[in-house]
Amino acid sequence: MSAEKTENLSWIDKRFPLTETWKGHLAEYYAPKNLNFWSFFGSLAILTLLIQIVTGIWLAMNYKPDAALAFASVEYIMRDVDWGWLIRYMHSTGASMFFIVIYLHMFRALLWGSYRKPRELLWIIGVIIYLAMMATAFFGYLLPWGQMSYWGAQVIVNLFAAVPVVGDDLSVWVRGDYVISDATLNRFFAFHFLLPFILAALVFIHIVALHHVGSNNPDGIEIKDGPKGNRWSPKAPADGIPFHPYYTVKDFMGVVVFLALFSLIMFYAPTMGGIFLEAPNFQPANPMLTPPHIAPVWYFTPYYAMLRAVPPMWGSQFPGVVVMFGAILIFFVLPWLDRSPVKSIRYKGPVFKVALAIFAVSFVVLAWLGMQPASDLSTLLSQIFTVLYFAFFLLMPIYSSLDKTKPVPERVTA
Amino acid sequence: MSAEGVNNMRRRVLVAATSVIGAIGAGYALVPFVASMNPSARARAAGAPVEADVSKLEPGALLRVKWRGKPVWVVHRTPEMITALATNDPKLVDPQSAVESQQPAYCQNPTRSIKPEYLVAIGICTHLGCSPTYRPEFGPDDLGADWKGGFHCPCHGSRFDLAARVFKNVPAPTNLVIPKHTYLNATTILIGEDRGAA
Repeated sequence: MSAEKTENLSWIDKRFPLTETWKGHLAEYYAPKNLNFWSFFGSLAILTLLIQIVTGIWLAMNYKPDAALAFASVEYIMRDVDWGWLIRYMHSTGASMFFIVIYLHMFRALLWGSYRKPRELLWIIGVIIYLAMMATAFFGYLLPWGQMSYWGAQVIVNLFAAVPVVGDDLSVWVRGDYVISDATLNRFFAFHFLLPFILAALVFIHIVALHHVGSNNPDGIEIKDGPKGNRWSPKAPADGIPFHPYYTVKDFMGVVVFLALFSLIMFYAPTMGGIFLEAPNFQPANPMLTPPHIAPVWYFTPYYAMLRAVPPMWGSQFPGVVVMFGAILIFFVLPWLDRSPVKSIRYKGPVFKVALAIFAVSFVVLAWLGMQPASDLSTLLSQIFTVLYFAFFLLMPIYSSLDKTKPVPERVTA
Repeated sequence: MSAEGVNNMRRRVLVAATSVIGAIGAGYALVPFVASMNPSARARAAGAPVEADVSKLEPGALLRVKWRGKPVWVVHRTPEMITALATNDPKLVDPQSAVESQQPAYCQNPTRSIKPEYLVAIGICTHLGCSPTYRPEFGPDDLGADWKGGFHCPCHGSRFDLAARVFKNVPAPTNLVIPKHTYLNATTILIGEDRGAA
């Protein structure tokens, strides 16, 4: 029996590297033995992407990307399609959970110094994934064709109109009309359907890069540079353990906790008090009337607060747009801003720890400010926290090289 | 690459020429994809002018008319509103309506209108395209005692007076746009066309 199995397997292996792939990426991929709960978020991000793709395709079976029908088709899914409400809430909750997971995944990278050499490209691919995710979310938010969908898209597309010289033509080209209209909805649906598959391809590239350089760990120590030889192989890093079964089982534990939280939100608070699904979006889009208070969904609000924080200069809104996009694009150069001799927060000095704390607080406060109506106080606070946000990056070459660091042990700690 | 009898120079020229021609071809192949995202002929044609009947518009009230998919406001300004306009001048970015793109020449006057009592303006904020809220009351709590009626944009807090002129220190850079319009009779306004007259 087993001889037969081996024979079948070897027939496949001669034609497709099945065993090789299984070993190289799971059974004999040696991950550091000291990974803690922060390492859950990578596999959770893959899970969330899969949930979004599956629920999204099922929603598309009943959704109509037509300005006259879209809003009603979503209500139809909610009321008349068997289990449609559940699939729709999985998708809407999944969108927010995806961003929560990704923000924690990125914060983990900041804690462990996972953007540092030799993982610069891994980090850059990750930032591209983040950008693609934001584009996907933006296209998707127009589809329910509610008031917030409509006016949110109106504001974001008008950001392109602020680009000097070509701005107006560019925004018309993006919309396919002079206002957000049926043409815009239809193309946004096409892009919203396409992008997740590009995301999946990017995730594949991300993992190829990860498995080439090896996983980082809470100590920020390269296990590949350490001593060799463990229970499984004399050539493998001594501090590495096979990803399967050790981390597949551990990540499965993370999945169970995650899905429990996911279900609690989905069943008991799918709107999250107007944060995951905003109240004005339960009204059909009305191009004649902006709701009294509009704000993007929570995962965009930090950048939205920055946009509002910058006053017009030289009769143009463009500087605010530059600041907003700059806040995202600055992640690309992070690997070259950190000059600390150590990677992990465990061995970094007090200055870096304080800077990272200020950055995290700024991000959360900006997210909150971006949800609030514009006032003089909120504008001033947004300006202060925008400066702090950028200071974390722009001053990093200085404070990270001056900061006192602790000695890094040779081997990973428990 | 140095096999005998191979003319490397000729190979390089051929590879370069093929690549360049191929890239140009690929560039041209993009044209239909980029151009098909522009507004269609139907969308371009949908700009017909619309009529607004203001005979039943009470003083102080606002009427919304849809033109080219955008809200156009018609406000019947009261005499108090008209006299209060001039008091806003020092606080405005462009009190004289000097930016020509924002109104037709016949509305480049203190009230930015053909008849002082009727304001016709496109209700789309020049900041990021929200539609500002009509706030005709004088001195409300949230907008300050100096407020002489106007428009407040809910999205980013831009403020405009009742001649749709933008205040200083708000995100919107310019006054709201006054569309081409003309009076067909005393109470009917044609929006989107002025028949070359005023």
